Amino acid sequence: MSGKLMKLTIHVWRQANKGAEGAMKSYVVENVSEHMSFLEMMDTLNEQIQAKGEEPVAFDHDCREGICGMCSMVINGIPHGGHRGVTTCQLHMRHFKDGDEIYVEPWRAQAFPVLRDLVVDRSAFDRIIAKGGYVSVNTGGAPDANALPIPKKEADLAMDAAQCIGCGACVAACKNASAMLFVAAKASHLGHLPQGQPEQLDRVKNMAMQMDAEGFGNCSNLSQCEAVCPKEIPVRVIAEFNRDLIKAQFKG
Amino acid sequence: MKLNSAIPEGAIEDKWRKHKLALPLINPANKRKYKIIVVGTGLAGASAAASLSELGYQIDAFCFQDSPRRAHSIAAQGGINAAKNYQNDGDSIRRLAYDTVKGGDFRAREANVYRLAEVSVNIIDQCVAQGVPFAREYGGHLSNRSFGGAQVSRTFYARGQTGQQLLIGAYQALEKQVNAGAVKMHTRHEMMELVVVDGHARGIITRDMVNGKVEAWAADAVVLATGGYGNVFYLSTNAKGCNVTANWRAARKGAGFANPCYTQIHPTCIPQAGDYQSKLTLMSESLRNDGRVWVPKKAGDTRSPDQVPEDERDYYLERKYPSFGNLAPRDIASRAAKQVCDEGRGVGPGGRGVFLDFADSIKRLGKKVISERYGNLFDMYTTITGEDPYSVPMRIYPAVHYTMGGLWVDYNLMSNLPGLHVLGEANFSDHGANRLGASALMQGLADGYFVIPYTIGAYLATAKQPKVTTDHPEFKKAVADVNARQAKFLSIKGKRTVDSFHRQLGQLMWNKCGMARNEKGLKELLQEIPALREEFWRNVNVPGSAESLNVALEQAGRVADFLEFGELLALDALERNESCGGHYREEWDDEGEAKRDDSKFMHAAVWEWKGEGQKPERHVEPLVFEAFKPSVRSYK
Repeated sequence: MSGKLMKLTIHVWRQANKGAEGAMKSYVVENVSEHMSFLEMMDTLNEQIQAKGEEPVAFDHDCREGICGMCSMVINGIPHGGHRGVTTCQLHMRHFKDGDEIYVEPWRAQAFPVLRDLVVDRSAFDRIIAKGGYVSVNTGGAPDANALPIPKKEADLAMDAAQCIGCGACVAACKNASAMLFVAAKASHLGHLPQGQPEQLDRVKNMAMQMDAEGFGNCSNLSQCEAVCPKEIPVRVIAEFNRDLIKAQFKG
Repeated sequence: MKLNSAIPEGAIEDKWRKHKLALPLINPANKRKYKIIVVGTGLAGASAAASLSELGYQIDAFCFQDSPRRAHSIAAQGGINAAKNYQNDGDSIRRLAYDTVKGGDFRAREANVYRLAEVSVNIIDQCVAQGVPFAREYGGHLSNRSFGGAQVSRTFYARGQTGQQLLIGAYQALEKQVNAGAVKMHTRHEMMELVVVDGHARGIITRDMVNGKVEAWAADAVVLATGGYGNVFYLSTNAKGCNVTANWRAARKGAGFANPCYTQIHPTCIPQAGDYQSKLTLMSESLRNDGRVWVPKKAGDTRSPDQVPEDERDYYLERKYPSFGNLAPRDIASRAAKQVCDEGRGVGPGGRGVFLDFADSIKRLGKKVISERYGNLFDMYTTITGEDPYSVPMRIYPAVHYTMGGLWVDYNLMSNLPGLHVLGEANFSDHGANRLGASALMQGLADGYFVIPYTIGAYLATAKQPKVTTDHPEFKKAVADVNARQAKFLSIKGKRTVDSFHRQLGQLMWNKCGMARNEKGLKELLQEIPALREEFWRNVNVPGSAESLNVALEQAGRVADFLEFGELLALDALERNESCGGHYREEWDDEGEAKRDDSKFMHAAVWEWKGEGQKPERHVEPLVFEAFKPSVRSYK
């Protein structure tokens, strides 16, 4: 039982490498089952393309269960396709119908250069984390885990933010290509825990500086990021971040 | 092949403590003179790279993903075990070690397992200090839950995303060291070859997956933390990128591969929906606490589940295992599901599925309680299948999940190739023939944070190898080998895609070396795999060039290695003429349970590569149980 079968037209961004000119190219994909995930539809497309001797469409993917943060497609103009709380790999074809035309593009942001087709370079995120997205503790010598009680409410708020998978959809959705939701989620995760307190102000300052240096834009509080975030990270983390940033500036 | 397990003398409680005291040290000022390569950045690799660099070693770390934070440890859901005994329910290091040895069906090395249990308590402390947001009680203390195969509550968790949170903790520790200049991180780099000089592992060859550049890296020691080989079955709960290449390339250079036939099948996964299926998704085992597993009594019954009256349903786990019921261990629940499907009583597309029904629990507890307990899992199920498990029973089927086998290592986590260290799922040492839930995360972090930082220093202090550079002929040769192999893939220009070969291999492996194995099937498989491999090298189509981001070329290398490794797995399954844990030989059955043959197989089987077309040689490391007496695992 492969469910309802569809024939679709896929318009997809093809670009040979970082320096090359890219363009949208159209393909017809047949026998797409409604039970397929979006990436399985792309696999099917790639099998059909390769049968004709063409190179497959390159796209990032790995766990295919919505947690690794690797998959990254703008589908019909919306990062991850517009279903709340869902990554591209968890989007299923039953949301499309026979004869649909689907536009598939990479994340678009100056700080995320396209490497090939739908694959972009998100190493800027790693460089931001390296500037302070951690507690400076070495291995060994940690006190007993229960020595410092943490209110459940604070631990839950930290966990809400810590769920970020670093996919970059927030940047792709933002008209300014701002990375505020990503950066603020990390600050909120650590800021709600006593272990993160000693470095919190330096953390927000240094990560904000790196965010600017990488070429991400500013936040204009439109919350597009929250709407597309597959982990539904709330924009309250951005408010917390701005508060800490102001504190850090006063502190100098 | 020389296999010296290097287990320290003394009582099991004293081994690790005394061993640490006896290990030679390297002066802090001298540590910076040593370079260590770490391949893989999951829990084991990231924690090792961070911890080793904190000690002062120079680290080059590699991963094939676009960021170290993507490694597949991230997908672990349930939790991490530790013998903290915070619940006052009688847990102890010894009990955790015993549960792990017993769960592994007495096929693990008990000294390693005991050490694992010992350092488990430090892992939780370390992770909390890093800011891992574990679940907490209202009083602010850490929360625990129980997990399969244990009678105490020792599992720490962070919602259903424990692996993610632990990995992010390790990743952040790693990035801290990157910022300090102590770790050089190489993302989108795939290890293609291990380089051995004068019998010691001295470096690796990588391919830059963006521009295709093949590069050599020299070091004083190499650490592989490259995960398991579940994707030899094509369909598994592993990430698509998981592969055996790093381990297999090391095996071809002389590292022993231990117990490849030990694979774990997880009973609660979403069944395959069609031929296009690219991977299988795990649903947490916790669902079996409130769901009842059943199939129709009659074969070929295609009525919708609500049309099947109560007396025409077979709640087979409750019937066969009255005391454990729906909570029977993973391997047993998996085989029982296969059996009813083989009888033609499976449900859903292709008849490979069983119902996991929450109707009774919803009636008893109300929809709200069930939603509080499993809401996120139900949502995930609905996203994938389009069905609503509150009103229609879930369909589940077993899937390949974890591989207990791996490169052989001694007590110091060093393989038989001096200088090559292997951590986490990539090694073989701690889980025997079956792994208990919430123990994979524990092992990855134990190896990386608390074992390798001690043991690798002893190797470096005593190895006394001269410095080598990538100008050494062995590096030149390895680079040439990698280039030649890539050129070969691109030159075949056959008719079939790489993926089609991988799918076919997976199907062969699953049918004849999956949940149940027998001599006849394994012997057939040992004919079929070489035939498929031969066709691959003649008829595969790898388009594009080696000098660019080339997805098909990446896959070709991995599938070529799976085509060799799969044969070894089948051979190991054939030679291990007993059942134990996840390795179930139909000839060795005790009313549906695995029947061991301790008189002949109380050992790890370690395979030595003898060259293409040659039969690998089987060596053994006898397993000696001094602290824990082997018993029969019974769940009736």
